[in-house]
Amino acid sequence: MDLVVAVLFQLVYGIANLALISLGLAIIFGMMRVINLAHGEFLMLGGYTVVVSTNAGVNIWVAMLILAPLVVGIIGVIVERLLIRWLYDRMIDTLLATWGLSLLLIGIVTSIFGASTATTISPPLGVIRIGAYTVSGYEMFLIAVTLVLLAGVWATLRLTKLGLLARGTMQNAEVAGALGVSTNRIYMVTFGLGAAVTGLAGGLLAPVTGVLPTIGATYIAKAFITVISGGAAILAGTAAGSVLLGGINGIFTFLSGPTFGEVALLLAAIVLLRLMPSGITGRFFRKSL
Amino acid sequence: MTTRRNFMAGTAAFALGSPALMGRAQDGPIVFASILDLSGGLDIYGAPMEATTRMAIDEINDAGGLLDRPVELKMYDAQSSIQLYTQFATQASAGDRAATVHGGITSASREAIRPTLARFETLYFYNTQYEGGVCDANTFCTGSTPAQTVAKIVPYAMEKWGKKVYIVAADYNYGQIIAQWQQRFVAENGGETAAVEFFPLDVTNFGPTITKIQQAAPDLVLSALVGGAHVSFYRQYAAAGLNGSIPIASTTFGVGNEHNLISAEEGNGLLAAYSYFEGVDTPENAAFLERYEARLGDDRPGLNELAMRSYEGAMLWAEAVKAAGTADRDPVIEALRSGLSYDGPSGTVTIDSQTNHCSMNVYIGELADQKWNIVESFDNQPPADTQLVCDLNENPNQSTFLFENGLAAAGID
Repeated sequence: MDLVVAVLFQLVYGIANLALISLGLAIIFGMMRVINLAHGEFLMLGGYTVVVSTNAGVNIWVAMLILAPLVVGIIGVIVERLLIRWLYDRMIDTLLATWGLSLLLIGIVTSIFGASTATTISPPLGVIRIGAYTVSGYEMFLIAVTLVLLAGVWATLRLTKLGLLARGTMQNAEVAGALGVSTNRIYMVTFGLGAAVTGLAGGLLAPVTGVLPTIGATYIAKAFITVISGGAAILAGTAAGSVLLGGINGIFTFLSGPTFGEVALLLAAIVLLRLMPSGITGRFFRKSL
Repeated sequence: MTTRRNFMAGTAAFALGSPALMGRAQDGPIVFASILDLSGGLDIYGAPMEATTRMAIDEINDAGGLLDRPVELKMYDAQSSIQLYTQFATQASAGDRAATVHGGITSASREAIRPTLARFETLYFYNTQYEGGVCDANTFCTGSTPAQTVAKIVPYAMEKWGKKVYIVAADYNYGQIIAQWQQRFVAENGGETAAVEFFPLDVTNFGPTITKIQQAAPDLVLSALVGGAHVSFYRQYAAAGLNGSIPIASTTFGVGNEHNLISAEEGNGLLAAYSYFEGVDTPENAAFLERYEARLGDDRPGLNELAMRSYEGAMLWAEAVKAAGTADRDPVIEALRSGLSYDGPSGTVTIDSQTNHCSMNVYIGELADQKWNIVESFDNQPPADTQLVCDLNENPNQSTFLFENGLAAAGID
């Protein structure tokens, strides 16, 4: 019984983890049809913000929950103004440009901080005991944060004026523009918000992962696959993609091992995209956010 | 009138026919090439190795060079790309006419350049701890191998913590082969391997494995995890509270200075075995650390086996050049294989002529507050693993990697 609960917890955490690292990418892709290949580096920048600011004496919660999204959000806005906005509706070009951006960001961080930066933080919140098993309290917190983030994005899109304008722009930018919406500004804000969510995710993962300039590369593939498998709907897509791929990955990791867990994840994504080329939300939940 | 074609042919013939005049001139500098990953995912390993390689060459030159000639360092950044390794190895041997090439970090990069350098007859030093099994007359492996480290840490950890072992390792040739050595040494010491798990290098979520480890309830975990993503294992392991109950021993943790990437409380108590820790208590090491700090200041990269062997590998080569009286390959190899030894910061390192590996001191370190304390040391340990399968005295014309398909394929059960 304890084992079942512990395994279920890890399964849910695996899914939440995938959703957390993918959400920022999904926001930018869903709203703007821009695939941000520097997404992994945005996560890394969030992690670096936490490591560097805690080393300077900042409280870890302030660093993770406020500084990481703020810093990366600002970087996102700058990137959108300087780079992305010239490339709207040119998906291949944005792929190339953001890939270049990712190399640039790795280079900048390496030249400022060196190949690695020492850290002093460890995951807060202690341990939760499930019978004979223990799980991390911090991972429980991360699951909760992921749910709150998803709810927050839903509320922003559904309940605020910005969300209404954003959804309008997403459905038909020209009509929205004709009705007086500044689509340019909507895109800038969206990209900034997507970057901020990514920065928050990177910051939150900093205490449970290694933070290195090159660490983004380990996230980008999984985030990318989750978002593409999920399809265009930001929330439903991320959630569906994470549940399916994270679930398959977790189950196979338990049954055989991490290598087959990864293989099963990739295989599932290939089969899924063969059957549903525009992702899960291209077929199901089409009206959802 | 000389046509262009004639001119080209003439130049080519000149270049081919008189290498001594072209690159290996007796009065010009001796070229020492180094190929390391100084950017990309492996730079956590490469950066300290570069620092100590530069230091070694500068010290050789400050002492008057070799054979009254300066040593010129050509440093190549392979950018964590195997393709660049082969390209730079060709450039170093055919273009720079380097007297020796040092470098390669992963086993994959070593296997990419080793055949190239053998073909170009350019002396090669691999200064990284690795899984053992290279049997190559042209290649000297100065790093520690499993019989030197794994064989020491397994009984030590089992004595301390218990006999039931859970193995986690990186999923590529190094991790696979090290895991086989770990199982072998666990069995030899009367222990039991509960399970072996391999992880692709980009896995960052270790939750399922951590639950499985709790289910298996071993006495200790042996880790051969590699690279930045795998640092997550130690953090999530500590986050689940396991670092207090099931301790970890490793022969990979620390060479990328991973102990600085996790906090003190996450890492305390972790054991590792290497041929060098900064805490080695000898006058040579104290003097080395002083020079190193004077050179690079307070934010210097941490020193580990890879960095130290990069320094000592260069020094071993320099000693051999002095002994041979020339930088030409064959006499230098002969000098190295004559049982040459060098008293470096890590202790005495002696070339073993049977395998072109080294006998060396081995230390077990325990992590406390992001620093390694040496808890046990072993003098002059031979590369007993590679000695099982390789004899270059008997059969010098070899250039093979015998553990390519695992230990069983090499005849070790």
